[in-house]
Amino acid sequence: MPTMAIDDREIHVDDEGFLTEYDEWDEDLASTLASAIGIDELTEDHWKVISFLRSDYKEKGETATLRRVATVGEIPTKQLFVLFPKKPARKMAYVAGLPKPAGCI
Amino acid sequence: MTTTESRPSFVPDFGDEAEDRKIAFVCSKGTLDMAYPALIMASGALEQGVETHIFFTFWGMDMINKETMGELKFTPVGNTTATRQAHMPMLFTAFPGVASLATHQMKKTLDDLEIPDIPTFLSHLSDMGCHLWACKMSVDMFELSEEDMTDDLDGILNVGDFIELIDGAQTMFI
Repeated sequence: MPTMAIDDREIHVDDEGFLTEYDEWDEDLASTLASAIGIDELTEDHWKVISFLRSDYKEKGETATLRRVATVGEIPTKQLFVLFPKKPARKMAYVAGLPKPAGCI
Repeated sequence: MTTTESRPSFVPDFGDEAEDRKIAFVCSKGTLDMAYPALIMASGALEQGVETHIFFTFWGMDMINKETMGELKFTPVGNTTATRQAHMPMLFTAFPGVASLATHQMKKTLDDLEIPDIPTFLSHLSDMGCHLWACKMSVDMFELSEEDMTDDLDGILNVGDFIELIDGAQTMFI
């Protein structure tokens, strides 16, 4: 796996740029990743999504899909499209330092 | 031997700069197994930020008719895969009760995979920004009104308007 320097740290990423090591992520890194993809400020609502994704991944071993974030994380799908515009499933996974979701729905 | 290569900083390509894509599905079937493919692909398209339209026509009207949308059935009649999997001679597939049994089994499998039922799926798609359209001719043919159909519907369109609307879209007929 390649690494790249983010915030002066060497971070492991896959070929597309998604983080591969769960424990290399922290909240400061999330802000850097978010601003790199055009999300300038992480609000409380963003953090709610990120925290759910992180804890759900720890428990299940895979990144939650949009529907799972809506049904289990109780965050409405419409809101996800506002918080992480256009491609919420991938963008929120990226900011949360997780692989992109593997599930279809 | 594994080597670790340090790369210049880059971010995943989320395609934000790409030209706007558009995709359309025409749903013309009212059986459970033919209802899901378009919905699952539409969900995938919406997740990718693609503008998505679904046009319901003919038997596909059962997918948006409030009376039938939660009760779609699957029949193994004429289905070589289903009969092989169930070790059932084709002749038996038309017997009373077989369609109910097959439907029950398929619903259970979908439920185990956490795939929502049709009404819930359509709401989920609508929340993702999917456009749902009913075919004007089918509405007239089955004597339906807007009240008879799911509240998630965007409206009723005649074929001409739909064709105009999906100008440039990748289109699939199911």
